[in-house]
Amino acid sequence: MTTHPESGGTPAAVPSFFEASSPPGQTGIKAWLLTHDHKRLALMYLWAVFFWLVLALLLGLALRVELMFIGETIMPAEIYNTVFTLHGVIMIFLFVIPAIPAIFGNFFLPIQIGADDVFFPRLNLFSWYLYMIGGAFAIVSLFTGDGFADTGWTFYVPFSVTTETNVSLTVTAAFILGMSSLLTGLNFVTTVHRMRVKNMGWMQVPLFTWSLYATAWVQILATPVVSITLVLVVLERFLNIGLFDPDRGGDPLLYQHLFWMYSHPAVYIMILPGMGVISEIIPVFSRKAIFGYKGIVVSSLAIAIAGSLVWAHHMYTSGMSDVSVFVFSLLTFIVAIPSAIKVFSWVSTMYKGSILMTPPLLLALIFIYLFSVGGLTGLVLGAAGTDIHVHDTQFVVAHFHFTMFGGTGFAFFAALHFWWPKMFGVMYHFGRAYLGASLAAIGFIFHYVPMFILGMQGMPRRYYDYLPQFETGNFLAGFGGFLLVFGIMLMFVNLWMSLIDRWRQPAEADPWGGTTLEWAVPSPPPVHNFLQEPRVLDYPYDFSEVLARAAAKDKKD
Amino acid sequence: MERAVDKTGIKIGMWIFLYSEIILFGGLFVLYAVYFHNFPGDFAVAGEELNRLFGTLNTVVLLVSSFTVAASITAVQRRRTGQAVGLLLFSLGCGLVFLINKYFEWGAKFEHGLYPNSDRLFEADPGFAIFFGLYYTITGLHGLHVIIGMVLLTVSLVMVLRGRVDHQRYALLENSGLYWHLVDLIWIYVFPLFYLVL
Ligand code: HEM
Ligand SMILES: [Cu+2]
Repeated sequence: MTTHPESGGTPAAVPSFFEASSPPGQTGIKAWLLTHDHKRLALMYLWAVFFWLVLALLLGLALRVELMFIGETIMPAEIYNTVFTLHGVIMIFLFVIPAIPAIFGNFFLPIQIGADDVFFPRLNLFSWYLYMIGGAFAIVSLFTGDGFADTGWTFYVPFSVTTETNVSLTVTAAFILGMSSLLTGLNFVTTVHRMRVKNMGWMQVPLFTWSLYATAWVQILATPVVSITLVLVVLERFLNIGLFDPDRGGDPLLYQHLFWMYSHPAVYIMILPGMGVISEIIPVFSRKAIFGYKGIVVSSLAIAIAGSLVWAHHMYTSGMSDVSVFVFSLLTFIVAIPSAIKVFSWVSTMYKGSILMTPPLLLALIFIYLFSVGGLTGLVLGAAGTDIHVHDTQFVVAHFHFTMFGGTGFAFFAALHFWWPKMFGVMYHFGRAYLGASLAAIGFIFHYVPMFILGMQGMPRRYYDYLPQFETGNFLAGFGGFLLVFGIMLMFVNLWMSLIDRWRQPAEADPWGGTTLEWAVPSPPPVHNFLQEPRVLDYPYDFSEVLARAAAKDKKD
Repeated sequence: MERAVDKTGIKIGMWIFLYSEIILFGGLFVLYAVYFHNFPGDFAVAGEELNRLFGTLNTVVLLVSSFTVAASITAVQRRRTGQAVGLLLFSLGCGLVFLINKYFEWGAKFEHGLYPNSDRLFEADPGFAIFFGLYYTITGLHGLHVIIGMVLLTVSLVMVLRGRVDHQRYALLENSGLYWHLVDLIWIYVFPLFYLVL
């Protein structure tokens, strides 16, 4: 039971961060638009991310509907190119990269280390504005000039330099979004170093915070490289310098090197926070200390480091030297090791645990399954020999959706269900959550497994039309797509319904029996997070007290 | 729960940011390295077109201003506000001189038909054109950073005048100073690459 320090020991209701604004004294919309409170900013990101995610999901569905039948179904070919670019740009730059760090990182990183805010609260607000401006630029570039870019989210030269569409503005949007994510990373690193409560050593930091810390370093190390690459695309378009134009001595491969030097590490920016979420959820619902805490920490750092060395595995077919192909293929296999360590740790944690089934755990299990498929098919692409066969086919599309969507996407849903009670102080309906999650998972498999087969049969990606033998697979995939989107919408509607007064069910401070610090504060937390000095456990996943409490409760009944 | 100003934390944040700026230029230096490797001859010919006098002058100007910015921080720490204001104004003046110099230098190149997409570059050897492409990209981006640095120094100057930066709270001035040193540092790489080694 938490007690208000001034109330002489008697419990008193402390206003939550919804009721008290920070900085104090602001009201109405200003209390949100000018806030420095990490929790309010997290919620502002939440709504923005929701908007983009739903939009991009519908665009993805439109692509799949187009592909369900041969020939033109709902859109002409030029529009198809624009739509897959828009879908990819939104999903990458506005959803998977920012979602977990900006929403759950902002909300829980300070609380997990016992701090009352991030180190640079105003910079945090600024990052949010950058995110919104970047998104606005993306929208503006849709309607101005000759329409949205049709290059794919990779903006490869020479096409991105020569196409008539509005690439410059789209690329600027990506630049601004990169800046926003870099500043968030900078903020997190400083926060973890300077604001941990005094008695929390590095090996007492919760795993979610650890994963964000490793991610933040990747963001800081890699983002500037893509920033300069994007600047160069704009310069090439306006000034026609010829840096990537072979006619004029330039080298288009250099573009790809610079681009993937960011964008491969970026896939770890996308997945590490998701792994952090899963590392929180699994021990809580197994009531068991996570297996190999240090192994998980070290593997996060190892992924961050090794992941920065493998970028050229995207370029086996673009004419690199054989030696480079060999070296990058070898390095790529090495990155698989730390990811496997994590998967084994999660599974071993559950072994002989007392498992409590809940929606977040179900989603975490789906994550482990889908991510493993994604990771294993990644080895097919990492091996140069097989990659040359399936490069730029639907196989690749299926692989990256398994990792980014089955991985990060489902980790995001899991995080939503895990922390929703803490963020809003309400509990949602379990039945609908289970149903939504299951439908989404089944739809997912129906959607993407056919694409593996199509890819191996040779159907290229980013193609608008195909040969008759690919029709069945594409039809099935489209069918799965509908199921998938329906399941996701059901989950979202369920969460949203929990906020409406009529169905409101207040949540306790610690509904799941978690041990990290966010479960020691009220739901939703007050502005300054902690009413009294937080008590740090010697080991962050020590469930003995939770189990003792449960046993005592059993006896009483 | 008001917390005391944590100067170390602020500096960590600033250093990380500076680091990201260095990587930003790092990408361009990689391009320079690759193309220099591909076209050493053309680069040498193109380098002859640049005026070492302008380059050297600008290097000196930046180095001096780096010193005066550092001195202004010391002055603030010693509560010599007047001196600090003078030093900052002088540094800003140096920044301006640098930009004016650059303006004349670029202007001279333009007159010789050396600008992106010009006929002369279009007909020149590939390495020659790429050299100038890199020259304008890198010095242009650096010039932009000079301007940003001057804005930061101006803000610090105003804060010193208003008493918001004083001997106890000078993180803003210190960070602006660090940024200015970064601008200087990058130039220290740009200068030999374009003006000296070729
Ligand atoms: C979290 C969820 C998702 C993420 C992160 C994601 C990400 C991406 C990315 C990065 C691309 C590549 C775009 C490009 O080539 O430029 C892509 C393409 C595509 N996505 Fe998604 N996507 C997601 C969900 C969906 C959904 C729900 C559908 C369909 C219902 C879908 C259908 C497609 C299709 C058809 C393509 C085009 C593939 C091609 O021809 O290259 N995606 N997606
Ligand atoms: Cu990669």
